[in-house]
Amino acid sequence: MTRRQLWQRLTAHIDWPLLLGISLLMLASLVILYSAGEGNWSRVLGQGRNILMALVCMWAVANLPLHYLMRTAVPIYLLGMVLLIGVALFGEVSHGARRWLNLGITTIQPSELMKIGVPLMMSWYFEKHEATLTLKNYFVATLLLLVPMALIARQPDLGTAILISASGFYVLFLAGLSWRVMGVMFVAALASAPLLWSMLHDYQRHRILMLFDPSQDALGKGYHTIQGMIAVGSGGLFGKGYLQGTQTHLDFLPERTTDFIFAVYSEEFGLLGNIIILLFYLLVIGRGFIITANASTYFTRLMAGSITLTFTTYAFVNMGMVTGILPVVGVPLPLVSYGGTSMLTLLLGFGMLMSIETHKKLVKT
Amino acid sequence: MKKHVELKNHQREIFYFRLRLVISIGFVLLLFGILLARFIYLQVMRHDYYQTLAESNRISIVPIVPNRGLILDRNGVVLAHNYSGYTLEITPSKTTDLEATINELSTLVEIAPRDRKRFRKLLAERRNFETLMIRNRLTDEEVARFAAQQYRFPSVEIKARLFRDYPFGESTAHLIGYIGRINQTDVEQLEENELAANYRGSDYIGKTGLEQSYENELHGVTGVEQVEVDSGGRAIRMLSRTPPMSGNTLVLSIDAKLQEIAMQSFGNYRGALVAIDPNNGEVLAFVSKPGYDPSLFVDGIDPQNWDEMNNSPDKPLNNRALRGQYPPGSTIKPFMALAGLHYNTRAPGHTISDPGYFTLSGSGHQYRDWKKGGHGSVDMFKSIVISCDTYYYGLATELGIDNIFNFLSGFGFGKKTGIDLEGETSGLLPSQEWKTRRYKQKWYAGDTVSVGIGQGYNLVTPMQLAHATATLANDGVAYRPHLVREVRNSRTNENRLIENKPEFDLKINPAHLDLVKRAMAAVTQPGGTAAQAAIGAPYHIAGKTGTAQVVGMKQGEKYDASKLDERHRDHAWFIAFAPAEKPTIALIVLAENGGHGGGTAAPIARKVLDYYLLGKTPQPLPDVPENEEEQHD
Repeated sequence: MTRRQLWQRLTAHIDWPLLLGISLLMLASLVILYSAGEGNWSRVLGQGRNILMALVCMWAVANLPLHYLMRTAVPIYLLGMVLLIGVALFGEVSHGARRWLNLGITTIQPSELMKIGVPLMMSWYFEKHEATLTLKNYFVATLLLLVPMALIARQPDLGTAILISASGFYVLFLAGLSWRVMGVMFVAALASAPLLWSMLHDYQRHRILMLFDPSQDALGKGYHTIQGMIAVGSGGLFGKGYLQGTQTHLDFLPERTTDFIFAVYSEEFGLLGNIIILLFYLLVIGRGFIITANASTYFTRLMAGSITLTFTTYAFVNMGMVTGILPVVGVPLPLVSYGGTSMLTLLLGFGMLMSIETHKKLVKT
Repeated sequence: MKKHVELKNHQREIFYFRLRLVISIGFVLLLFGILLARFIYLQVMRHDYYQTLAESNRISIVPIVPNRGLILDRNGVVLAHNYSGYTLEITPSKTTDLEATINELSTLVEIAPRDRKRFRKLLAERRNFETLMIRNRLTDEEVARFAAQQYRFPSVEIKARLFRDYPFGESTAHLIGYIGRINQTDVEQLEENELAANYRGSDYIGKTGLEQSYENELHGVTGVEQVEVDSGGRAIRMLSRTPPMSGNTLVLSIDAKLQEIAMQSFGNYRGALVAIDPNNGEVLAFVSKPGYDPSLFVDGIDPQNWDEMNNSPDKPLNNRALRGQYPPGSTIKPFMALAGLHYNTRAPGHTISDPGYFTLSGSGHQYRDWKKGGHGSVDMFKSIVISCDTYYYGLATELGIDNIFNFLSGFGFGKKTGIDLEGETSGLLPSQEWKTRRYKQKWYAGDTVSVGIGQGYNLVTPMQLAHATATLANDGVAYRPHLVREVRNSRTNENRLIENKPEFDLKINPAHLDLVKRAMAAVTQPGGTAAQAAIGAPYHIAGKTGTAQVVGMKQGEKYDASKLDERHRDHAWFIAFAPAEKPTIALIVLAENGGHGGGTAAPIARKVLDYYLLGKTPQPLPDVPENEEEQHD
């Protein structure tokens, strides 16, 4: 085998346009982390390691044939459920919530696994019943979504619960749930809002209330929002310049390498920089939609569409949170915030997109 | 034809899917449009506003620390309060040579080596931009002297701070506990409980005792002031202010005077005393002796004092009442007697003949009674009055460990009492299952024998024994013991009573209770093991003495206190309730290495009872020649 052949073999399942979009965002991540970490290389190097590990996993998933990918749906979902129930029973409490499961060797957060597991399972289910879809099937699929969501909301991890229900809803939507039923669901959701409100933890209610008046909680989360808005707003059209953000470097901005990293970026690069980041995201999302449109089977269409839309939601929720139009729910900026777990989950999703795109071609020829 | 329909359906399906996809794309563009609009609003339209906030003037958010709640006894006597005082504080980042600054300061105000040590400790664990205390409790004169010279010390300032004070010092140390500076572990704990915001600006947090277990009530709600500061950090004007809310006041069920008398009554003995109102579980006195000076901990203890306390053989930091675990000795006997009656193992009138020892059938091993030669003929009543060991060796063997375990755990042995303090230990009530787990061995009949006189594997905490005694005094109706009687809201002055509903009712046969309680009342009458301590009391005391071995005795060896090192002498126990007919107080006394329960522990209990029931302050008891019968056990 020549070197050229080897290269072709290794890269056969890489989708280059998607990889370009992802890489641009990762590059931005490293650049911002250097500034947010006060010129300290440790966060940059750590993130570099996260990226490399996640890329390897992405490559491995991209090489999985589609039927193989489908076969993982049920085991992953069941494993996730077992772990979630394990968390509910034996989980470790951290930051007032029961999210982590100690397996002796390592602690894991099963709700992360379900970010992939739920849409995968629902897509698999729809594929199985594609020929004879009735309202009953939509109902069962909704249950597949609601049970893990309820477990995660109970932990309590409102942010993740909302994101997972979004990803599940996207599958339902793409699977062709009728507008009438969606209308009914919407009305039911509105009607159950007071009930949900009564089930929320005090601190969660507090966060939602605080959204309308951040100064109410000026010492806690409201402080984050206020300082985030000052950082973004003072960035202006062109920003204060790289490494020049006063909010960041005078220690006003909390969680600047994780949930509030966008405020750091926005302060230093301004509106122009924000538009560039939005374009990077649109590149990834646009490519995701093209892959979805070209997907060959029902399962892959649903999965690809859900991955793409969920990614959009992450980005929207994080930027909305930093700029004060959404509550502080603890969602990282996808591909940019510091953190290994979210990087890994995202790239597993993109690996699936690549597999869907590249194996389709192989099937055809 | 059929195939045609399917194909059409497939195309329709694709069409509908693409339609949904187009809607999705519209949705994405909508979301990004919202973001873009928000960016333009913040970064273009409101840019000047945020620019001003960020650069020329900044909003500084200044927390206002609330006053910590008071702790009062049941009569309103102050057990913990705050007083304001002046401190001298240094901002390390504003000075280049700390050592020189401190040396220069010491020419103006006295700075002891202890202050320097504490300062170095604070320096090592400081958080960002803090001022660190070099001297506290400045006199007015020192304040004036420094104020005149302040221009020479740009990094030093005088601050008015609130200090915590514990007027009863040592005698309430294990009860009230103390506050101390917030350390890294506390910070993590607070973040975990989402309380970090409320502790911004707070320096202190409850570390032990009630200060710890009622931290949430005592701390209060931190206020906040939004001020505009210029680029130098000076406040220009106040924008808004939310006042802090002081912490709530705790009103205890403790009687401070009783607590002090109990503490003093121990004389030079170490030990513990817990007194409970059996009718509602209110703890009246909670003593662990020796105590320590809690104020030493408030500003961070210096290494010298710490080593002294930590290495002292008296272990003053050990909360004996809550955490000490001791063999219950003969104080277990009334409970064993109830178990015997309950399971019909012993009829009240059943008499044994005590030769001075018990032989376990099949082993030949002799278990000795404390009295050589035995007590002769003994029934249940007498077995309690004279504390006959032989009777209980036999009773325990016949009951069996399973019945003993089941009955005694009803009284709370082997379990935490649930008192409102942290760090309680649960003692040990042995069972077959426990021994298999702990020693991977099966339970032997011989193990049961000494459990009968509280000298086997079993261990109790003073708190636990007090709880069990109170439950017995209250005819088997148990209340969870608690120290805080009510929480007084600092703002509304509303009182929130701590509920004292009965926790459970053991439903003991009244005839059984009557027999055991009468026998316990006879313990303090002539002929009983605690007769001497009750001489002249105008009320009846029901009690039981106990002796807990510290070192094991070999077969045939005789206990001789004078031959033993003082710290190897037996621990003395006395459990009691009074008035015996209608108890209003139940208490237990443990005197470490005190020897005999009747001789050492019971007189301590008498002084406490005299004060509680008669309002009498203690005076030395009449000296009566001691005899063996009254002295032992």
